[in-house]
Amino acid sequence: MNGQEREAAIIAEVTEWISANWNPDLSLQAWREILVDGGWAAPAWPEACHGRGYTEAEASVVSRVFRQHQVVGAASSGPRGLAAETILAHGSDDQKKRYLRKILTGEHAWCQLFSEPGSGSDLAGSSTKAEFIDGRWIINGQKVWNTSAHHADYGILLARSDWDLPKHQGLTYFLIDMHQPGVEVRPLRQMNGHASFNEVFMTDAVVAAEDMIGGIGNGWAVAATTLSVERRGFSRDRSVQSFAGLSGRVYDEYQEEQRIANEPYTWYPQRAGRVDLILSRARETGAINDPHVRQEIVRLLSMRKGADLAAAGAAAMKKAGTNEVIPAGSIAKLAASEIARKAAHVHTMISGPEAMLAGSDSALEGTIAEILISVPAISIAGGTDEIQKNIISERVLDMPREPRFDTGPFRDIARNTADT
Amino acid sequence: MTQPLNEDQEQFRAVVDRFLTDKSPTTQVRRLMETDRGYDAGVWKQLSQELGLAGTHLPEIHGGFGFGPVELGIVAEQMGRHLYCGPWFSSSVMAGSMLMLGADEQGRESCLPGIASGESIATLVLDDLTAPARVGQHIHADLLSEGATLSGHAGIVTDAHVADLLIVVAGTGTGRGLFSVAPDTAGVEITPLQSIDPTRKLCRVNFEAAAAIPLGELSEAAMEAAWDYMSMALAFELIGSAQVLFDSTIDYMKMRVQFGRTIASFQALKHKSADLLLELELAKATVRQSAHELANGGQEPWLCSMAKAMAADACMSVARSAIQLRGGIGFTWENDTHLWFKRAKSSEVFLGSPYEHRERVMQMMERSVA
Repeated sequence: MNGQEREAAIIAEVTEWISANWNPDLSLQAWREILVDGGWAAPAWPEACHGRGYTEAEASVVSRVFRQHQVVGAASSGPRGLAAETILAHGSDDQKKRYLRKILTGEHAWCQLFSEPGSGSDLAGSSTKAEFIDGRWIINGQKVWNTSAHHADYGILLARSDWDLPKHQGLTYFLIDMHQPGVEVRPLRQMNGHASFNEVFMTDAVVAAEDMIGGIGNGWAVAATTLSVERRGFSRDRSVQSFAGLSGRVYDEYQEEQRIANEPYTWYPQRAGRVDLILSRARETGAINDPHVRQEIVRLLSMRKGADLAAAGAAAMKKAGTNEVIPAGSIAKLAASEIARKAAHVHTMISGPEAMLAGSDSALEGTIAEILISVPAISIAGGTDEIQKNIISERVLDMPREPRFDTGPFRDIARNTADT
Repeated sequence: MTQPLNEDQEQFRAVVDRFLTDKSPTTQVRRLMETDRGYDAGVWKQLSQELGLAGTHLPEIHGGFGFGPVELGIVAEQMGRHLYCGPWFSSSVMAGSMLMLGADEQGRESCLPGIASGESIATLVLDDLTAPARVGQHIHADLLSEGATLSGHAGIVTDAHVADLLIVVAGTGTGRGLFSVAPDTAGVEITPLQSIDPTRKLCRVNFEAAAAIPLGELSEAAMEAAWDYMSMALAFELIGSAQVLFDSTIDYMKMRVQFGRTIASFQALKHKSADLLLELELAKATVRQSAHELANGGQEPWLCSMAKAMAADACMSVARSAIQLRGGIGFTWENDTHLWFKRAKSSEVFLGSPYEHRERVMQMMERSVA
């Protein structure tokens, strides 16, 4: 079968399955059970794990048919994808069996428990303690920046199981039940008033022996999988189908699920600077007639254009298999920070004294104000600008690495004094 | 979307790169920049007649290769990379593009074949180098029953001292016209000027009722199109120069030892390098896309101006840092860095500064919305 015949065969099979099974009056949960049983919830996963072993391209054909027929797919919002991909790559058969299905049906929500107050950029410096006592793991420590942890049933957790080994070797990766007395989730209020993240306090929290993943001391390798999935996600289109205006129980429940899932992200477009609003704002306020503002607007739009083109060029180069090294990911991340800062600057110029106002008293019902107080996040989240610059200079320009002061046993390494 | 070079284009790039690596090493650049004429006639002959580079983008019916903006960009980038000294930009890019886009058929027929073959060296006389809308206010044409006379002056004209053909944009009272003038015509005065970049020779050109051949009316659209072409090519030159400076600076930092370690290991300099890389990559992507925009007439006519502004800013950032990161040695005459720094500074304001190009972008965007 050639590519086109293969695609046609997939389309025919999915279409037939949909017409036989799709029923928008089911509950969301019931529909997804059928979806998983049918093998269409995650076609790119292996056959042994609810999938069909499809390539990404084949799987995207399936999604396209689902969209065309306005059929709701598997649960995919929030950090659950990070957990699923990590379990697929490193989990035992028993773990795959216990966790993957409920991730797809949406029955279980997940959160990521990686960053700590004492280790942000230096993730491998994690000092949350995991001790194996009486056949189970006892966890003590604090995590931070945990999106959706207040809705989560389980967490993917990185913790230190050995303090005498070098930092990367003493880490172990766990799957932790969030509904237990030893786990406390507190919302973390940000400078822009939103509380998209949480702090998670673990005090003698318990993880069963069979919920360690990837082996003792292998946590850093397992975390690397999670982080690479996360990085891929940054460049992925966040938009999901809204199914707006359609009636049926599945649609209603799906929309409620999406509303909760998207709540932490409502300010993300503002964090990126809302370049799309610049020209209309400049026209409305008349600032477009100011020669200085005009210059700054074009500087901003040029950066935006250049960043888009550089990303597209890198993708085309990759496709063409040329040897030219284009440091796409880090460049895009760093460019996004600069663009956001510049956009906030230009929005400020355009607004003038009105930039002192907020909320419903300010322009665009507070959107401009939200830009001005949200942009500082973009150069921190997902790896600070400074870390990106280290990556670019070391991996792209091949400049020497920083001298290290964190070799040898972890317990001897200088740490933040707030740590235990 | 920006496409990688295809196999033919990549081969073409390599040929130009090899030729200039051989013919335009900095020893040769330094020798030529001290001469009055500023170029090597033998190399010019090879470049134009053997490689055909003087006719890269000029139509085949007029003796050119008939390539488009993408190939012109490939050549220009190498010119900037190797700091070629000679009248290629003046003759082929400026005079050639203006004739191709703005002259009547007879004008193209009479002037382009010589330019495309390199047998004729032309330059474009513009009485304003800041924006296309301002050109034609200082040189005035009196149209006669046959021919015309030109009066006025252009303050800065590249390579006029070695040109055998002046292509002139002049005001006609009702609009603008394109004219050709032989430099030895009575009433033409060409005065060499001192230039900050000795690899780019500059002159002042005066006309006093100098006899000229009219090559047709010059529409505003043609003037703008030619400006786009020239700006795009100059932007390619700039990124070619910027890349050389960037790469050589990174190499230098990996070699230079202070305080017992290479200076490339200092985080302050690593971060500076990453910032420069970012600015350069965004400029390069935009410059490359501007050639496609020009070739295919897409939805973003302002890309050439955007590209020129970004390339000039990026090249100057890199050039400033290329000196700074080398320390004292970077400020010496002996070190080659200043050769590219001066070309960058000159190109920054040639054919519109970044400020003027950004204003042009804004005006084009406003027109496209209106």
